[in-house]
Parts: sequence; C-alpha cells; structure tokens
Amino acid sequence: MPITESDIEKIAALAQLELTDDERRALTPQIASIVAYVEQLNELDTSAAEPALGGLTDEGARTDAAREDAPLPSLGQTLALDQAPDPAAGHFRVPKVL
Amino acid sequence: MNIETIRTRLAGGELDARAVAERALTAAEELNETLGAFLQIDRAGALARAGELDAGRQGDESSAQPLGAVPVAVKDNICVRGLQASCGSRILGGYHPPYNATAIERLRDAGAIIVGKTNCDEFAMGSSNENSAYHPVRNPWDTARVPGGSSGGSAAAVAARIVPVALGSDTGGSVRQPASLCGIVGVKTTYGRVSRYGLVAFGSSLDQIGIFATNTADAALTLSVIAGRDPRDATTADTPVPDYVSELTGDMRDARIGVPRELFGAGLDADVRASVEAAIETYRALGAEVVDVELPHAKYAIAVYYIIATAEASSNLARYDGVRYGFRAEESHTLREMYRRTREEGFGAEVKRRIMLGTYVLSSGYYDAYYLKAQKVRTLLKQDFARAFERCDAIITPTSPTTAFLLGEKTDDPLAMYLNDIYTVTANLAGIPGLSVPCGLSQAKLPIGMQLLGPHWSEPTLFRFAHAYEQAQPFDARPPVSAEEQ
Repeated sequence: MPITESDIEKIAALAQLELTDDERRALTPQIASIVAYVEQLNELDTSAAEPALGGLTDEGARTDAAREDAPLPSLGQTLALDQAPDPAAGHFRVPKVL
Repeated sequence: MNIETIRTRLAGGELDARAVAERALTAAEELNETLGAFLQIDRAGALARAGELDAGRQGDESSAQPLGAVPVAVKDNICVRGLQASCGSRILGGYHPPYNATAIERLRDAGAIIVGKTNCDEFAMGSSNENSAYHPVRNPWDTARVPGGSSGGSAAAVAARIVPVALGSDTGGSVRQPASLCGIVGVKTTYGRVSRYGLVAFGSSLDQIGIFATNTADAALTLSVIAGRDPRDATTADTPVPDYVSELTGDMRDARIGVPRELFGAGLDADVRASVEAAIETYRALGAEVVDVELPHAKYAIAVYYIIATAEASSNLARYDGVRYGFRAEESHTLREMYRRTREEGFGAEVKRRIMLGTYVLSSGYYDAYYLKAQKVRTLLKQDFARAFERCDAIITPTSPTTAFLLGEKTDDPLAMYLNDIYTVTANLAGIPGLSVPCGLSQAKLPIGMQLLGPHWSEPTLFRFAHAYEQAQPFDARPPVSAEEQ
C-alpha cells in the first residue's frame, strides 16, 4: 500500500514529532522504500513459527529475575530535579496541558 | 600499549598509573582534532583516579587488579557518573547521569581508568558515525573515510592506540563493524551476558554492551571483568562467567568451522572475500575441519532487523520529552506543543526516520503484518543457527561487505546504509555472540575484518578460535594516525 504525505503526518502525530514541510516531503519516499523492502518477508510462510518474543536464550528464560523485595535508596528529590529544564517548588514545571 | 605491556611496566616500576593515564589523555587531546573520536576527555577525573591507584598500589603487589591502571574510553551512550551522556544527540546535550552503568562499576573495581566519552551515531543509530549531532569521526587509516558505526569513536580511539580498550554498544553490529573498518578486535556477547544497566536503550531485545581491543587477549580479559548477572538488569542470565583468558590455548584440533557459502555472493568486495577465504585456509592449516552450513533466512535479516529495531526504538525514545532532563524547546504554549517541538529540534534526521518507521510498524492495524511477522521470521533465523551449530562450533563470515567507505558516500540513501549491516544483524536477532578480528589489508591499505559467530554462551570458543588465528597470522599493521610508533 503506497505511503502518502498524509500518512506521514499521522505517524508523526503518533510519534509526537512536529515535522517541517521539507522533512515530510523527504521522509515520504524514504519510509515508503524501506517499507517496500521489509515487505519481502511476505514471501515466507510463517504459519508454523512462534514469534521470538521474550527471552532469547534458555538460560536467560530460566533466570529468576526478581530481586529480594527490600527497599533500596531512591534518587531523592534534589538529584531527580537537578537536571530538569524547568524545576519549580520541588516539581517539574511544564506548559499548560490544554 | 596493550594491557599486558601496561601490567609489565607497572610491575617493573617503569611506569605508574599516573604516567599511563597522562599518556592516554595527551594522545586523546592531540588526536581529537584529526579524528573527532571523543566528545569529552576527563583529564581531571582520570588523573585523580590514577593517583588513587598509585597510592593504593605502593608496597602491595599482591593486590594487582586485573585491569589495574588500564585507560578505557566509553561510548557516550553508557552512563559514567560525573561525565556527560549525550548519546551523540542534541536532545541529551549536557546531560550528566547521576549513576554509573554496572559495566563501568565493574571496570573501576578492577582498576581501570575512564579517560573520556566517545563519539557515536545519535542514539547508536548508524553505520558510519556520520549521524552524530556533534561532529563525525574519521578513520585513523584514512581520515577521508568513516570509522564505521555506531561506536565509531570507541573504535577509532583503540585503533589509533589512544587507549587499549574501549566500550561500545552493539544492537545490529555497532561494535563489530567499526572494529572491522578500523583494524581491531570487536566483541558482541550473548544476549544477557553483560549487564545493560546504565546503557541508554535503543532496541531492548537486541542491545548488548561490547568491547574493543587491539588483540583477543585484552578483549577476553575485559569481558571476564564486566560479564555476569546483575540484579539491576533483568535480562542478564544467571550463567557462570568463565575465565576467558585461560581459553586462549591456540588449540584448533577437533574444531569445526562452518562456512555459509550463500553469504559470500553478490555485494561482497573482492578484497574482503579474498581475505576471509584466506582466513578459512589458515584455519584448515591449523587443523580445523571446514564444513559448509546453510542459513536460508539470513537474507531476510535486514528486513527483520529494521522492523524490530525501529519498533523498539520508537518506544524507548518516547521518554525524551523535555520534562525531566535534557533539551527542551523554548516558548511552547501547551504541553503537547512542547513535546513535539522538543523532539523535532532535539532529534536528528536518522533518529526521526527510525522513530517514524517504528511507529508505523506498531500502529493500529499493522502490528501483525510487520512486527509479529518479523518476530516469526526471527524464530526461523534462530532455528537456522541452531541447525548450523549442530555441524560446527563457529561460523565464519566477513564482518562488513566492504572496507571503510568515504564520508558522505552513503548518507543520501538510508537503505544502502542499512544493507551494510547484512553480516552482523543476524547475531543480535538470534541472541548469539559474535566477534570481529582483523584478517588483512585491502589493496588500498584499509583493514578487513572477519566475523566468528557461535552458539549462545560460546564466547570461550570464539576467543580461542580468534586467538589461534591471531597467532598464526599476526596483524601488526598500524594506521597512519596513531599515538604510538609501530
């Protein structure tokens, strides 16, 4: 299915990107050609294959990843806010939501 | 100086840690204008650390640490407390993580000195290091050419003998390919072998921290230090860490090397092919049995990779929103406008391209057709490797289809750049270890690397095979831009 500039606009909105007109024009054929390339996977019959989701190794899958349920020190407010672009009164300040 | 030389000179009293650190720092500073390998050089921190090591060492040689006074460079997507972690991106410009990656903690505990943060493709997305938001890295063998990517700065720093060891990250070949293009050893381990706590996430089912070194022994020793289970990374496996150095026996008797002939076809540079074929003959002469193997789904690996890696990246990079740290676009009127403008101004072209592609393949109605399909083909590829490893202990391929290309040569065609990863992405998709070793120079005097791939947890075998080759065919050539005379 061909990918249009309006598709690119919709994807950009989902990805929280504000593309320029130039970017949108450049990305449309690039994304279309990459998608056309990856569609070669449709040649393959995968009806008998399970998706490779989860652990990649048997040993990894067997490992009990849960740590002991004990409290550990956290980052703390000072350090957490240390690099915030706009900290205010112990919070991360952002522009109005609506 | 490799690790053994540093250790010998320290033990003999010829050098102390401060002198070793000073030498690496001076080389890093002097060569950075030519190579652009570093984004930050930590002179003060490295010298302070060296001073501590010298003070601790006096009169107590029995406490010699495995990486005592070894200068290490670290890719800028791995967190080192007190240093920047920009990931080569504007969106994390000036960001200083408040903690160390587990691999960094382990290196420091073993006596290593972190000398600085190395340049890379933005968020490790690229095969040439040209996607850094700051400046490109140049190949020490020919400064008109790329060092490979995405860990290009780490590769160039080791190749130019600024440091003996560097860390990178390998999501689709980002350690092995630049190692190959720069004439050094590069290791990507089994998924779950090295903790990723403190590695900035790109493709979480693919990412591994990897090692660059000038020889196999240094890489093996470094892996012995950083490998192992970490409660802070749930994907690390509870699998014992062997002494990799003790595996370097040179013994190739009863070894079986698999050759996937279908990967030696079209698109492979003639010099690269000849060098890897010669390496296969070297293995035969060392007593290995050479067998043909088939990887029928390897030709689909790039397609699978660019669905899975971009899908995971689009999710992982959603956290860069200008709220808690990093860059924020100015003068936005609403929260949504702030998000969008921050990401628009903060991310570079390749990162946006991959976020867009990843968002597309995960979007409503397309998930089954792309992401799920790719994960199924990934299973078929894993099965190919499992079958191949019934017939051999390791598979040999080229690491990259060509030697280092010119800066600007492939930047206009993203797909052509992606195809450069054809030999390396399979290991990340299957979760298996892979290692690149120099195996000669092209007619244009550019290094060529061969790749060894093995089953899960076969790092000892890969190191043994790589070391045996190194002993039989030493790669002594040095790049024209180098901190040390040959």
